[in-house]
Amino acid sequence: MADEKTGNKTIVPNKHPMPAQDAVVRAKNFNEVALGYNEETVVAEARRCLQCKKEPCRQGCPVEVDIPAFIKLAAERDFAGAIMKLKEKNALPAVCGRVCPQENQCEKYCTVGKKNEPVGIGRIERFCADWELANGVLPQKVAPPTGKKVAIVGSGPSGLTCAADLAKQGHAVTIFEALHVAGGVLMYGIPEFRLPKAVVQAEVQNLKKLGVDIQVNAVVGKFATVDELMEEGGFDAVFLGTGAGLPYFMNIPGENACGVYSANEFLTRTNLMKAYLFPGNDTPIRVGKKVAVLGGGNVAMDAARTALRLGAEESWIVYRRSKNELPARHEEAEHAEEEGVKFAFLTSPTKIIYDDNYWVTGMECLRYELGEPDASGRRSPVPVKGSEFIIDVETVVVAIGQGPNPLVPKTTKGLDCNKKGNIVANLETGATSKPGVYAGGDVVTGAATVILAMGAGRAAARSIHAYLSEK
Amino acid sequence: MYKILKREVLAPTLFLFDIEAPLVARKAKPGQFIILRIHDEGERIPLTIADFDREKGTITCVFQEVGKTTMELATLNEGDSVRDFVGPLGEPSHIEKLGKIVCVGGGVGVAPVHPIARALKEAGNEVIGIIGARTKELLFWEDKMRNACTELRVTTDDGSYVRQGFVTDVLKEVVEEKGDIALCVAIGPLPMMRAVCNMTKEYNIKTIVSLNSIMVDGTGMCGCCRVTVGGQTKFACVDGPEFDGHAVDFAEMARRSVIYKSQEQAAVERFNHTCSCGCGGGK
Repeated sequence: MADEKTGNKTIVPNKHPMPAQDAVVRAKNFNEVALGYNEETVVAEARRCLQCKKEPCRQGCPVEVDIPAFIKLAAERDFAGAIMKLKEKNALPAVCGRVCPQENQCEKYCTVGKKNEPVGIGRIERFCADWELANGVLPQKVAPPTGKKVAIVGSGPSGLTCAADLAKQGHAVTIFEALHVAGGVLMYGIPEFRLPKAVVQAEVQNLKKLGVDIQVNAVVGKFATVDELMEEGGFDAVFLGTGAGLPYFMNIPGENACGVYSANEFLTRTNLMKAYLFPGNDTPIRVGKKVAVLGGGNVAMDAARTALRLGAEESWIVYRRSKNELPARHEEAEHAEEEGVKFAFLTSPTKIIYDDNYWVTGMECLRYELGEPDASGRRSPVPVKGSEFIIDVETVVVAIGQGPNPLVPKTTKGLDCNKKGNIVANLETGATSKPGVYAGGDVVTGAATVILAMGAGRAAARSIHAYLSEK
Repeated sequence: MYKILKREVLAPTLFLFDIEAPLVARKAKPGQFIILRIHDEGERIPLTIADFDREKGTITCVFQEVGKTTMELATLNEGDSVRDFVGPLGEPSHIEKLGKIVCVGGGVGVAPVHPIARALKEAGNEVIGIIGARTKELLFWEDKMRNACTELRVTTDDGSYVRQGFVTDVLKEVVEEKGDIALCVAIGPLPMMRAVCNMTKEYNIKTIVSLNSIMVDGTGMCGCCRVTVGGQTKFACVDGPEFDGHAVDFAEMARRSVIYKSQEQAAVERFNHTCSCGCGGGK
């Protein structure tokens, strides 16, 4: 500590390693892969922070966490203080500590990271959140009731964040969730081994303690439209955080054959419905010996790793660009590789082959090479003529992205959407074309990350609060 | 929790439940469906809405025991509850005045066709109902359908009641007798809907079928209910469940509907298994 005060601190060059389940063992179970720091490690890691004056890490946090402050408290072993500091800005620290792409956000700007490995901000965050879950949840301040009612549509990261912020300001918040449990993509999409569902539910419970009412089994657009919520339900404002739940397919022949899943279905059956416990749980899933996952994002990695855990002997990522262009987090691709997931780069399927009973037996693919950069800035894949070949697979998981769910836009008068079906909303304020209706997260931006959705939820909460204060 | 207010045995393996779900009942329309889950380990299963009572706040579901979940559902009594009940899902039937309409219900399909027939008649159509079952004891709601339709014809495959023959035999007679049928609505087992469509195609009668694909979320998120209609992939849960029967790829639909057959059989065997160890057969 003395060194810190003098500013002549000797910096440990690398992040303290994250303890993890052994790759061979974890590839066969659904328990969490990364085990988290212990007290000694978290304090040591927190002490790597220079507490520099410029605080560049803060600019990289979409929910504006006071990162140096919470790290300082953690370094002083004041974990209660650290978690309270975190929760001032982040309603889901246990989730974010696990699934935020910190390397592209806070840690990207870390001063320590200029010469060495950045401070493990996410890992410290996770420790503090887990410490609170283990030691009892600390109460948060809630403003006196304002008498205003806000409806939140969708209980994913953006909805939960928006709800927490508004509840703290004294508004009566009701979340409407279409599924039977709150959490959205945190429950159905992200696997148990990356984000235990009990952790998600613990954070949802914290929200209830703030006074947020959560209505599950409630499909807005079906049991009530947005207009009905406002006119008959008495809601003064509505936040739409309905996410990107509509699965895209390749539109190649054979895609409806038995054994072809959308990543959404594959992951929903496994995560939300716990098909890996079948027959103890009633929802089944079928996984062949050899599985191909189409796509290269985090969802694809999740599906490929899940396939191994469900008993596949081989699980392949089939991606039409090269390793350098993989959109997945480096850590996720690395974990997948360690567990035995194989990669077929510069490869894309042209058709799914099936037997007389319509079950998948293989996939015809083309090899690709990389050409000029396209609109996304990545070198565009160009098919190599005559390079067709067949890979034998029994299960195909299509993980090439999702679009916005159209149920709410279709049933809401005066809500502008773009060509892709995304709701048009101001990215700073979340305001849509419809007065009193705000939107944020994947339904506005297209499929992105948990933390960006949370940032959008926070931004919308701020402008909803301003709107309600004037109303 | 959603309480079962009424339980009725309509026929062997065929049950009717009135379930308390006021928010669903408030908006339910003919042609839509619900998804329910019995308990925390349960699967989400879709059931077509057979009727609704907005005042009582109830939805009527009719189901046949086919797998573990429907068998377990059948063990519930009045006063029991199901864990989750969500809806109304799917697009409602398109109801307009067209003239002469035939509504065909086969087996358990009589239940979902009933509110559609009633709405079509209320809209001023002449509704000729045709209901059929394998045998007399499996036939239900003859009286309700008679009320819902302008006229009702009944058939049994084995001739144990009214007459012997398939619903398509009766449909052929109706078409030839009445002529100029504006629309046919057919709901029942896949082979029946397929047979009806093959027949009405010959007569060039527009035919609507209701597809009960395998589903998980029922809101367009998982894509497991996908079905090829007119060469395009559609999601039965949000684009349907009703489609132009002449455009549906029934062969694909039939193959997709048995994806989990082996798992279903294993689950049923476990459910029915009783032994002296008190394990309750895996329950």
